[in-house]
Amino acid sequence: MMTMKKFLYLFLGVDDSGLSPAELQQRMQRRIAWIQELSKAGHFHASERLEKSATTVSVKGNAKTVTDGPFAEAKDVVGGFLIVTAKDLEQAAELAKGCPIFEAGGRVEVRAIVETHA
Amino acid sequence: MSEGGRETGVAEHLFRHEAGRITAALVRVLGLHNLDLAEEVTQDTLLRALEVWQLGVPDDPAGWLIRVARNRAIDVIRRERAFRRFAPDLTRLLESEWMLAPTVDDAFFAHEIRDAQLCVMFCCAHPSLPPPAQVAVMLKTLCGFSVGESAHAFLVPETTIEKRLSRAYAELRTHRNFLDAVTGPHVPERLASVHASLYLLFNEGYHGSHPEHAVREELCGEAMRLCALLAEHPAGDVPRTHALFALFCFHAVRLGTRTDASGALQLLAEQDRSRWDRALIARGEASLSRASTGNELSAYHVEAAIAACHATAASFADTDWRSIVNLYDVLLRIRPSAVVALNRAIAVGYADGPAFGLDAIDALARETSLAAYPFLDAARGDFLRALGRTAEAHASFERAIARARNDAERELLARKLRGG
Repeated sequence: MMTMKKFLYLFLGVDDSGLSPAELQQRMQRRIAWIQELSKAGHFHASERLEKSATTVSVKGNAKTVTDGPFAEAKDVVGGFLIVTAKDLEQAAELAKGCPIFEAGGRVEVRAIVETHA
Repeated sequence: MSEGGRETGVAEHLFRHEAGRITAALVRVLGLHNLDLAEEVTQDTLLRALEVWQLGVPDDPAGWLIRVARNRAIDVIRRERAFRRFAPDLTRLLESEWMLAPTVDDAFFAHEIRDAQLCVMFCCAHPSLPPPAQVAVMLKTLCGFSVGESAHAFLVPETTIEKRLSRAYAELRTHRNFLDAVTGPHVPERLASVHASLYLLFNEGYHGSHPEHAVREELCGEAMRLCALLAEHPAGDVPRTHALFALFCFHAVRLGTRTDASGALQLLAEQDRSRWDRALIARGEASLSRASTGNELSAYHVEAAIAACHATAASFADTDWRSIVNLYDVLLRIRPSAVVALNRAIAVGYADGPAFGLDAIDALARETSLAAYPFLDAARGDFLRALGRTAEAHASFERAIARARNDAERELLARKLRGG
């Protein structure tokens, strides 16, 4: 059997504000249906949604400082992530094509997760 | 909401309907003058659900929404109470940290939400607002329709809906006595206005043809939902409300059979009556009997009785046309209109024979504003054909086709011309 690898999907650039209740519900149901589909096919590993508010910790001189932000532009906001298992990057990208994010004007960044065992 | 509806365990229209309930409860606390703030809190709540539920829908979705809305409302009140006034009768309670949460909780009890929805409905139906504005604001606040969705359903530009809404919001901002909306001497007048709005809403959905029937049928569904809410509440529990609900039921019975699989309009005589919704007929009959408990006979009563004759007839031929003619006579006395007169003339033709129908229609064509209405010539054509006057029938159908207001009507009339 082909060994499966893990891939990270980052969901970018979706703005749900300004939608009507019916549209919000429809959008949600499409996302749920897509995740359930991935899960049924054995590809789903984990997923979380991310809050929009963020702080950044950085170093200035010797001190570590915490600043509000980054306040990314709408197109760069990461709304959440999902980890799938797939045989290669190509399959992971193919699976991502089914994501309803595209109907909402967003995009998915697909990254292979580095395998720690040899 | 066909996609994933069943598997995800989220009821159809849940967001829209809960949005209406939550907004009403929030308006109770925040005050009608803060309607926009209430809608903002509702929107934030739904956005939160969108984020959270995609990874697992809660067991009690409606309860979850209410908890989140309640918490947001408390946050908003804490943040804004130095700058804003909320519901005048709750001001002191909301200022008290000790009473804030229980006061907000009160507004979210089921019966309080129902009361608040009724108050919103009565405020929206303020007689100073033109009926289309009343309907627009009801759809927005109580049914969760966006500007775009309303514009789509009413076949008007979004700017038209926006104008109606801004007019309505300006009016609602002046209301200080939210709770008084459903009590006091003005209730009968306001109730008549609520009925008229619901009737308009239903008719918008029922009449006219549009490629996207589903959107318009939703308007019928919303009119029925609000009317049922009204009928259950002491302020609305009067014979007229039940008559209106019965009328909606008897018409809605046919909603699924008005068009065939290709979307073409189906005449009453052609519709597959075995697909009519029996449960709705039973509901209509129950409401009509509740409507008959007083001495009142409103136009809604008569219209419901006419619709009941159609809904309960085993076939087009078995329809009790004699009763329908009599009911139209009553309706003409209570609420005369050219369309009612035409419907009566058509019923005469089926009750007494095509020659009588033709006479009645020709009499109408001379004296009313109906001459340009395509269905007058269509009915004339039907009766002429039944009398064997084929050439005149064709001429009549052709006049009707020339006056058709949209493609679906044109197609239906062309089918009549072909004799199909």
